Amino acid sequence: MITGENKKEIAMGKKILEIQDLKREFTMGAETVRALKGVSFDVIEGEFITIMGSSGSGKTTMLNILGCLDKPSEGNYILDGVNIKSLSKNELAALRNTKIGFIFQSYNLLARTSAIENVELPLLYNSKISAKERRERAVNALEAVKLADRLDHFPNQLSGGQQQRVAIARALVNDPVMILADEATGNLDTRTSYEIMALIQELNTQGKTIIFVTHEPDIAAFSSRTVTLRDGRVTKDFNNQNIKSAKQMLADFRVDEDYKYENS
Amino acid sequence: MKIANLFLIALKALRRNKLRALLTMLGIIIGVASVIAMVAIGQGSKKSIQDQLSSMGSNMITIRPNSNVTAGARLDISSVQTLTLSDVDALKKESKYLNAISPAVSSKGQAINGALNWPTSMQGVSVDYLKIRDWPLKDGIAFRESDVHTANKVCLVGQTVVDNIFPYGANPIGQIIRFNKIPFRIIGVLQSKGENAFGQDQDDIIIAPFSTVQKRITNSIYLQNIYASTIDESHTEAATGEIEQIMRTAHRLKAKDEDDFSVRTQAELINTFSSTSQLLTVLLTAISGISLLIGGIGIMNIMYVSVTERTKEIGLRMSIGANGRDILLQFLVEAILISLTGGLIGILLGILASELIQFFLQWPTLISESSVILSFLVCAITGIFFGYYPALKASKLDPIEALHYE
Repeated sequence: MITGENKKEIAMGKKILEIQDLKREFTMGAETVRALKGVSFDVIEGEFITIMGSSGSGKTTMLNILGCLDKPSEGNYILDGVNIKSLSKNELAALRNTKIGFIFQSYNLLARTSAIENVELPLLYNSKISAKERRERAVNALEAVKLADRLDHFPNQLSGGQQQRVAIARALVNDPVMILADEATGNLDTRTSYEIMALIQELNTQGKTIIFVTHEPDIAAFSSRTVTLRDGRVTKDFNNQNIKSAKQMLADFRVDEDYKYENS
Repeated sequence: MKIANLFLIALKALRRNKLRALLTMLGIIIGVASVIAMVAIGQGSKKSIQDQLSSMGSNMITIRPNSNVTAGARLDISSVQTLTLSDVDALKKESKYLNAISPAVSSKGQAINGALNWPTSMQGVSVDYLKIRDWPLKDGIAFRESDVHTANKVCLVGQTVVDNIFPYGANPIGQIIRFNKIPFRIIGVLQSKGENAFGQDQDDIIIAPFSTVQKRITNSIYLQNIYASTIDESHTEAATGEIEQIMRTAHRLKAKDEDDFSVRTQAELINTFSSTSQLLTVLLTAISGISLLIGGIGIMNIMYVSVTERTKEIGLRMSIGANGRDILLQFLVEAILISLTGGLIGILLGILASELIQFFLQWPTLISESSVILSFLVCAITGIFFGYYPALKASKLDPIEALHYE
């Protein structure tokens, strides 16, 4: 949450992402589709950004590039001081492993695998981490998402919200420089969405940079800044003056509101 | 990635699909178990033939007269008479490798004890013969050098002969029997040897000094065979060459003349017979090898299905930091773990099966270390070979497409 005090701090903070005139083209048969036509913005450490846009806006392409799953055709993307343009596939994989925490709409947990093992997964691909440290960090991450009592539960024994919290713990476990969420509340009901957003806001207050890709304006209200994409270009980029507290909304959320919401 | 982590990842992935892993393994298990059991049967029958032939004396060498050409006509072997006692003397004098030499003359005839009689054959040999044949006495004593010198009418009888002309458990030692009307005194009974590899009863025999048999029965200076033996089996080949040299010199053969004798070692005989069971082993192994191949194709098939089914998982792993090599190795290790575990179980089952075959069917089986090691290696290679292409396919997936695969 941004108060007058920490706003200044952010303004002076270190640039985590620098995106300069990013372009991405896809060749489909004879046709060339220009998904991104020159996107530029920076992200400062500790920001909570929502990237908004309807389908076809280039939002997904942007997400893939931000997540180092794809490379731009033109322009620069500098993540924590590293320009990904010059990196090989394997170097990109290593970057994803240490700098990025992904949260997906459909959780993407491994079935028949306990919560703790799911959270440990990114650390298995990092050879610097011992088995003991892996376990400790996974336990800590699950504690951070308040699932310390569900370590050995399988995904099918957890609710949707709990599964998404395991996924958040998995995104946190490698201590990334940013968390990249793709419609992370898309599969959840309103109340559980608030729970997840409250958790993400909490992580943000603790200093985590968060980039949340969504098409829901409701979600944007929880973030400190909104970048709107349309037809492969940034159309709006503004700091949110009136940030809603998901925790507060959750507290105000009465049980009968479920009913009201469904019928409204 | 650390090797330990690689195995951990592969093991966890297999654990999530125990039944499928087990079913995939089954092909390998059956393949390996049948290879082990079949080779055990083949090797067992080979070994039992070898043992039977060895019971005739594994370092025995037989010199026989050979058909030579007289006045343009090749003569029948039974009528060829080229071996004489002077050959035996030459061999005794000049050979370095032979430790025992015995001439052999034989005659068929009727052995008679009182009212009982039995058709058998008499073998006239020297005192070395029992040593060459590795044939101990069950009872009594063997004849000596002096018996040979004086052409003494003493003999040793085989168990079959004893059974037929001394049927009521009477002690044959010291008894006089007649063979072709000549009386012989029995001084010893031979240990039973049973049938040889050709199915002949080796105990249906009477052994006497060759001098006695030559003078009293065959009335000929020629020998049917010369038996000899070396100190151990490894010298038989060298001995064969040496014998040929000595014999050619003794028979005054010119360089262009054919040998008028032949030298055969027991080892050659063993090889001839072993080759039959070798063929059996090869056939059985080939059939089992095919089932192992089918098992391998099963692994490949399942791994392909697995890669397709787990596309989303692969996408996730890539998005959280696995590179193509990590994914390739994961699937490769999964395939190898399946094939090696299957191989180990198969080896144990194969050994168990051969023991059961031996126990219930009384077929001789012999589990050879090489077949165990070989089938284990084949399993490892099968895993790598059939696991590689599916693993390569998995590693080449695009993380974005894989993540959104439904």
